[in-house]
Amino acid sequence: MSAGTNKLNVTVTEVVAVNELVKRFHFERTDGGNLPTFSGGAHVVVEMRDNGTTRLNPYSLMSSPLNTRDYTISVRRDDVGRGGSLFMHNRVKRGMEMVISYPVNLFSLDLRAKKHLMIAGGIGITPFLAQTAQLASTGSNFELHYTCRSEALGSYSEVLRERYGNRVSLYLDERNERIPLERLLATQPLGTHIYVCGPAGMIKWVRDMAATHGWPDDSVHYEHFAAPQPGTPFDVKLAVSGLEIRVGEQQSLLEAIEAAGVDPPYLCRGGVCGQCETNVISYDGTFKHNDHWLSDEEHCSGKKIMPCVSRFEGRSLVLER
Amino acid sequence: MKTILSRPVYGTLSPQAGKSHLLIADAEGASAILDLAKQAPADFFASAHIMFIPGRTGDTFQPSLKALKPAQYYEGPSIAAALPRLTWTLANAHMGLRVYLAGTEGLIGQMMQAAIEAGIDPASIQTEHRGSWARRVQCVHCKGITENVTTQPVTCSHCGLLLLVRDHYSKRHAAFQGVCINAEDPTEIPQTEEIFR
Repeated sequence: MSAGTNKLNVTVTEVVAVNELVKRFHFERTDGGNLPTFSGGAHVVVEMRDNGTTRLNPYSLMSSPLNTRDYTISVRRDDVGRGGSLFMHNRVKRGMEMVISYPVNLFSLDLRAKKHLMIAGGIGITPFLAQTAQLASTGSNFELHYTCRSEALGSYSEVLRERYGNRVSLYLDERNERIPLERLLATQPLGTHIYVCGPAGMIKWVRDMAATHGWPDDSVHYEHFAAPQPGTPFDVKLAVSGLEIRVGEQQSLLEAIEAAGVDPPYLCRGGVCGQCETNVISYDGTFKHNDHWLSDEEHCSGKKIMPCVSRFEGRSLVLER
Repeated sequence: MKTILSRPVYGTLSPQAGKSHLLIADAEGASAILDLAKQAPADFFASAHIMFIPGRTGDTFQPSLKALKPAQYYEGPSIAAALPRLTWTLANAHMGLRVYLAGTEGLIGQMMQAAIEAGIDPASIQTEHRGSWARRVQCVHCKGITENVTTQPVTCSHCGLLLLVRDHYSKRHAAFQGVCINAEDPTEIPQTEEIFR
């Protein structure tokens, strides 16, 4: 157990279809009263009990941090994923009781910034809904650039435009529009911080371009929850607990460790926070690293793995767990 | 040299990725810029602005600094005289500007404050100490700053108290702390020694 694994019992008070791919869920405390305070960029881990399988998926809070009466999240349906988003879309109904974690923020605003430049791709818009609400409440300077496939799939683009006018720019793939990143990076006043949330390729594009334009690392913020990928089942020996486990095709290594009754620390379950970092004692095979936490050197070293999103293929793997 | 925990750790200047470069030095700090130039890309100084306060080095470094052909070159008589120009430069600058500070602790500290005030992340600023270790001292009694302190104790240039210069550096003031050395008995005058060179 670790911070952020404290649980909240909540009731689903509303489910709204935002467009053909995205649904929004509202949660209130089942016992009434206010939910814990959070800051823009925070996420909660939602527990899904699906016929004996427990899924724990992180979702960014998109409601205003000024309102803790309810939390809202938006979930994009992924028809080829492991089923978490399908569970949310097909099984979660108004009135249902669920369990979510306390909010944790791994993508917080740096309030020393003179200006906040936000870059969102697709469903990556959700943390920015909370962050813009927070910044607008203090009269802070921000600018949001939001790219998505089509007008119809541009979740919340209208409400953002309505709230913040020309501080929000929308770029649609269907119109071949692209964020003018070079121009944006070259024209920001000193003290600007950049925030990016979206597909992995987009985050890399922004980080690389910012570095070549001379933006210091500390002024570049990003968040990308990697969903655990399905893969070939594999066997693992847990040296500390003396257990041998099998990781199923649709299961993450972290989930398999938990299913065996071992309780490793975790926060984000998306390869971002570093909490579940695990030492490798020995291995014979190939790691399938999917996290954003370990360095390239660590990925190559064969000494560490992030069990929330990474897998293994080969003859044997022994972990210090 | 004895380590002072509160003193910032100064490094060695090296060229950084950036769209433009602001290099500020006083006295022997100029030699740090000249050393950086040896490893800088060919077009580095085409987008560079050098601000130089020669101080005790007189005319020694100007020809070599000018020979780097920076886009802008400024020379000023003192740090105080150069600060308004720095503030103006930073107010009109964009992200992608990299800042390099070299020379005395007083220069690095004061320019650093102005840069932080303008929103620059202090960890992204390159610093290198060269030349004198003379201290900038703030009197804790009258709050006045005495520049170029080389002796222990020193007389406050504002209120006249005799100050013990402590090894306590304030990044916020870019100065060491000076505390009255003979508050109990003002007639007691310890011997003055030159120790900060």
